[in-house]
Amino acid sequence: MTPVPPARHLLRAKDLADARYGDPLDVAALADAAKLSQAHFSREFRQAFGESPHQYLLTRRLERAAALLCTTDRTVADICMTVGLRSVGSFTTSFGRAYGMSPTAYRAAHPPAVARARVPTCVLRVWGRPASSRFREDSAARPG
Amino acid sequence: MHATLSHVNVWVHDQDEALAFYTDKLGMEVRDDVTLPEMGGFRWLTVGPAGQPDIALVLMAIPEPPVFEPETRAQIESLMAKGVAGGLFMATDDCQATYEELSGRGVEFVDLPEQRPYGLDASFRDPSGNSIRLVQATAM
Repeated sequence: MTPVPPARHLLRAKDLADARYGDPLDVAALADAAKLSQAHFSREFRQAFGESPHQYLLTRRLERAAALLCTTDRTVADICMTVGLRSVGSFTTSFGRAYGMSPTAYRAAHPPAVARARVPTCVLRVWGRPASSRFREDSAARPG
Repeated sequence: MHATLSHVNVWVHDQDEALAFYTDKLGMEVRDDVTLPEMGGFRWLTVGPAGQPDIALVLMAIPEPPVFEPETRAQIESLMAKGVAGGLFMATDDCQATYEELSGRGVEFVDLPEQRPYGLDASFRDPSGNSIRLVQATAM
């Protein structure tokens, strides 16, 4: 049987970080996926992909969080949990280090997410029209 | 025609339930999630496959009156409950493995992987009853 190249196991761990970043994944779980001891795994991962598995997973989460800040109106705390991070404090710190500003400032620096909502015409038509009870014409036209 | 397909509407009974299904079970990404209180609480909620940034599913709640009258609403709900309100077709390069992965996450399959003339085919439903087919096409 042809042995599987070691990098294939590392790629499995990398794919897991990309796919399941929202789960409570940590380096130990990634090492399990690669079937390697944690210390050995971290060393091999860095050699193959140029950064530590911790950094790779964190930057994947931060990239998703940055997208959600621009495309949703969810709170920072909610976004933090959605991308698999548990502490809003350390999320804010890591985000600031990566993007040079706080999550709130990052959101403010981009067009509001509400501009992305493609409200269907049937909804617009109903909620966009003024309430007819405000029109004096209606009562004026009523007989009596 | 200078247009590409960007969004596909999927009626859902409950947007939060649908969101959990399409992200947690199927592994899709949230693309947009915005609520407009001034539009009767309309929520623009879209998800999409991670590798396909140019296409998204709109997880659309059936509008309540006054947008849709109660009868229209009930008709759509009834069609969804009967599983005939539409469907999605997804392509996979390994139907069996995807079936096993999704089953492991609690997705209930309607059709187990079966060989058809066009390929290996399976199907499941989202929580609203929408059919999703999973096809590993045979090379023609």
